[in-house]
Amino acid sequence: MYEQIASNKRKTVLLIFGAIVLLGAVGYALGLWAGSGIYGLVGAVALAIVLSLGAFFGGDRLVLASTRAREVTPQEQARLHNIVEGLSIAAGIPKPRVYVIPEQAPNAFATGRNPEHASVAVTEGLLATMNRVELEGVIGHELSHVVDRDILVGTLVATLVGAVVLISEFFLRSWWWGGFRGRRGGDRSGGGIEAIIFAIGLVLLVLAPIIGQIIRLAVSRQREFLADAQGALLTRYPPGLASALRKIGAASGIPMRSANNATAHLWLNQPSRIQGEGMGPLEKLFSTHPPIEERIRRLEEM
Amino acid sequence: MPTWLWIVVVLVALLLLGGIWIYNRLVRLRARVNNGWSQIDVQLRRRYDLIPNLVTTVQGYATHERELFEHVTEARSQAIDANAVPDQAQAENQITRGIRQLFAVAENYPDLKANQNFLALQEELTGTESKIAFARQFYNDQVMLLNTLIGSFPSNVVAKAFGFGPREFFDIEDPVRAPSQVQFPR
Repeated sequence: MYEQIASNKRKTVLLIFGAIVLLGAVGYALGLWAGSGIYGLVGAVALAIVLSLGAFFGGDRLVLASTRAREVTPQEQARLHNIVEGLSIAAGIPKPRVYVIPEQAPNAFATGRNPEHASVAVTEGLLATMNRVELEGVIGHELSHVVDRDILVGTLVATLVGAVVLISEFFLRSWWWGGFRGRRGGDRSGGGIEAIIFAIGLVLLVLAPIIGQIIRLAVSRQREFLADAQGALLTRYPPGLASALRKIGAASGIPMRSANNATAHLWLNQPSRIQGEGMGPLEKLFSTHPPIEERIRRLEEM
Repeated sequence: MPTWLWIVVVLVALLLLGGIWIYNRLVRLRARVNNGWSQIDVQLRRRYDLIPNLVTTVQGYATHERELFEHVTEARSQAIDANAVPDQAQAENQITRGIRQLFAVAENYPDLKANQNFLALQEELTGTESKIAFARQFYNDQVMLLNTLIGSFPSNVVAKAFGFGPREFFDIEDPVRAPSQVQFPR
């Protein structure tokens, strides 16, 4: 199990590096299109650094704000605070900050950059439907993400993928609306290499959202199983989380207003945006979480 | 420098590095064990503070349970006075059982069960009980890691040289999950 964590951490560094390179390439292509490769490169590197730093230090606040999470005091939510504190003791980490999200779908996520700067957020629906043991299972899962630094990866990916998607959409749209004029204007001959790089950049731009998806898949799926197992190791009671997942699966028809593609992988279970949304073959391909039945089965085998 | 000298230098450097690594690991684990112990202590103290409150609250409704109140109160003072780890574990078990009996008694008094103060105390005590269990779990995990490291080669050499001794497990009755009977098929 500890080797699994170590390999996960190596993969993490690679993935972050890849995401930053991708972002840099997108920025570079944007610069080329605007007419200057060198300024584009400088801009791309600066952009990548600024975005990474922003994602590193402020990503958690951004994610929490995007879900309209509200920090709660121990007086307001005694049970939740007691469980978070108890499991933090078991995991040997400082107690994270506790947030409640005004959503009726039972779900939860953790964010932050390390155990010293971590937050756990649960929905109102989760508090309403779970008993103590189930809530312990859920919090145990989330704290495992904190211990493993999954929260750093998840938050970075959420912010960076969000940025890549935003930039590529911006580019494609401006190309669509104003690009033809720009290309005709720059009708000078002898731009062979630039044209090739431009083409690569364009391909990258088109691929960026898909690559972003793949990165998120790689980050998420195995991690969920791992966090389920580690959470069970914390609570020493796998049926708690299994029962919680069963309830969450039963309530998967309830939509979540704050669900979006950039943060989907952070949640305990993939949130749905549309009422009664099912899982088609395409959605399975792009889903950020393993099927809930599979997770329950593995927990029951422990 | 001749080749053999190089080899000796490299070997010594590797040994030193390994020793430093083991030493740092030992120090880190010892710190975690101490931290785990103080976590248990914090939660036990929290429980000592809550007990008089609970007794007073329940007393207001269930006047006939004097024996139980005295029993819990006495177990509490025994636990506070205990010096050795086994004595304390014994007294803590008494407290756990007493509190559970108090909650069982409360089931017979609907007025008490509806009392806001009592409900808040019940959540606090349940939370503290599980925190004690989790703190003990963390402490025992770390003690196991430390003792394994101290007992196995080559870390035992480093441990001996710097005076790291094995630590005692904290055995207390698990308030949530009793051990189950395992039956082996014939």
